[in-house]
Amino acid sequence: MIKRIRLLGRKSLELLGTLGRAGQLWRFAVWPPPGPSSFVLLVKQIYELGVLSVVIIVLSGFSIGAVLALQGYTQLVKFGAESSLGLGVALVLVMEIGPVVSALLFAGRAGSAVTAEIALMKATEQLSSMEMMGVDPVKQVLAPRLWAGFIALPVLALLFSLVGIWGASLIGVNWLGVYEGSFWVSMQEGVDFNQHVLKGIIKSIVFGMAVTWISVFQGYDSLPTSEGIASATTRTVVYSSISVLALDFFLTLMMF
Amino acid sequence: MQPRTIEVIVGIFMLTGLIALGTLAIQISGLDVNEDLDSYTVHANFENIGGLVVRSKVTIAGVKVGQVVKISYDKELYLARVRMEIDENINNISIDSTAAILTEGLLGGKYIGLTLGAEDEVLGDGDTIEDTQSAIVLEELIGKFLLNQF
Repeated sequence: MIKRIRLLGRKSLELLGTLGRAGQLWRFAVWPPPGPSSFVLLVKQIYELGVLSVVIIVLSGFSIGAVLALQGYTQLVKFGAESSLGLGVALVLVMEIGPVVSALLFAGRAGSAVTAEIALMKATEQLSSMEMMGVDPVKQVLAPRLWAGFIALPVLALLFSLVGIWGASLIGVNWLGVYEGSFWVSMQEGVDFNQHVLKGIIKSIVFGMAVTWISVFQGYDSLPTSEGIASATTRTVVYSSISVLALDFFLTLMMF
Repeated sequence: MQPRTIEVIVGIFMLTGLIALGTLAIQISGLDVNEDLDSYTVHANFENIGGLVVRSKVTIAGVKVGQVVKISYDKELYLARVRMEIDENINNISIDSTAAILTEGLLGGKYIGLTLGAEDEVLGDGDTIEDTQSAIVLEELIGKFLLNQF
């Protein structure tokens, strides 16, 4: 019994310590934002995290939009309401699926890569040797990746929603024969910029922060062994996905 | 890859994001840049507003000329008071016009339809439309129908 309580205490202290270290990352890496001197590093990371994720985002956006159009059409046509297909697809994509699915894909595609890269740097003592040379690895390695993630994910989410709506219009209008005018007009009537689009963007900014924060921290906090790298990468994907979905619930509760 | 090339590609990436935002704003959400057109305020009291909401449109002959900006309950008159903003260019709505709450399609949203009267005097800022027609509430209709049956 005493052993169990001791174990519980130790685990909670470990958890609190991890949270504390994760918080310190914000203190040292996130603020102040990278200045002009590390701008090149930031651009490089936006390329790695953002540009290289464009293909997967565009492909999944297109197929999700197309599937939404197909499914929505079969249900709406029963009520003769297929003219509001555009509205339904656009709202779902802009408010929910765009930010959430692109954050999940981003965690899998870019977050895991960031964790593995930083964890390997740590395991091969590249970070320690940077410190020896008087280069701050937090500023040089962690900060550009964090900021690149904050910037890249909202852009990717916007792209996802746009491609999804385009895919839906391709299936709905060109294939299933929904009248083009009502498809776009119902969308423009029902979707409000401040009420829906802006809140979707706020969501994706929060998700971007959560996912990159978790990725960078898991890499930096990993054990410097091959198992350590593997488990850190797994944890990144698992924690990011769970926190994105949980955050989505609370953000929706707060904003809509 | 050359740092220069990466910079250009990242630039294109950010530009795509901006274009996506612009398209979402204008094409998808129909964000009207001239939304704050000059307008004047007109009131109308209704017995029942049904499902009218703020931002519902105000139309004349089916054309949107303004929108509902506030709905409140007037406890002296026991009526719903609707404040709407009408485009300043439409300045010849006669004072005996009728405001009716209509439904778009069978199940669509509610909007206000103005039917013009014949008086020479026109509505100005802050005036109240006297002649109003409430929303048709489906349940009341069914109730009347049932009463007539038995």
